[in-house]
Amino acid sequence: MNLLQACLLVSSALFCIGLVTALSRSNTILVLLGIEIMLNAANLNFIAFWRFSPAGTAPATGVIFVLFSIAVAAAEAAVWLALVIALYRHQQNIRLQEATRLKG
Amino acid sequence: MNLSFALIAFLILASAVLAATRRDLIHSALLLVGNWLGVAFFYLWAGAEFVAFAQALVYVGAISMVVLFAVLLTRRTRTELPLLVATRDRVVSAVLGGLAVFGVLAVAVLRTPLDINPAKPAASVSMLSLGQQLMGPHAAAVLIVGVLLTVSLLGAVVLASSDADGKGEAP
Repeated sequence: MNLLQACLLVSSALFCIGLVTALSRSNTILVLLGIEIMLNAANLNFIAFWRFSPAGTAPATGVIFVLFSIAVAAAEAAVWLALVIALYRHQQNIRLQEATRLKG
Repeated sequence: MNLSFALIAFLILASAVLAATRRDLIHSALLLVGNWLGVAFFYLWAGAEFVAFAQALVYVGAISMVVLFAVLLTRRTRTELPLLVATRDRVVSAVLGGLAVFGVLAVAVLRTPLDINPAKPAASVSMLSLGQQLMGPHAAAVLIVGVLLTVSLLGAVVLASSDADGKGEAP
């Protein structure tokens, strides 16, 4: 096992922790935190592949990928938290199981 | 180098596991700040300084504050209910699903022959070349991300603002 595989294993474990968090918790903010953990795991992969890429490839592609990914993650977190506040105003709590008003 | 990588990996994974299992939401958010700091340390270790500083600014500085504000705004003031534990079946199935995904990923990673040159030092990219790449070949993407951020933040303000016609509950 070389160092790149160790990096990929760490990011896989981080992704699965985020997945379990997002699937098992019923608090909306904790689901958001799980999704952010998964996004961070993906960014770790980008940087790991960029770090160990052979010489001669595009010099900063992984870095630019991660920069755009961080920007999109910031926008996503802002929209999600606005949704949390709107949900709290409508049903006075933020449990996901009770957000069933549009259910047919 | 391997020791520092092991320390960083331990920081990332331990803070993530602790944050995923805490009952109190504030504790989870603060432990997630530790996780994001660990990720920033990983970027520094890998030689991507600019990304590390961007991670520290955006995640540790901004997103953690937004999350803490949301936690405080949606917290019940007087009747502080404990966070309801999710049903046991859902937790067990989520953990099993996560372990299955990790097994698939780990086998795929370990069975794949990945050729690297381990003696290569950190391929540090200078700020100048990064800026030139962002303003040159990736200028359209920078503009699109700017438009996306503007639209999403305006939409967030519209979503979170209270109803003007007085139909909603009193804030």
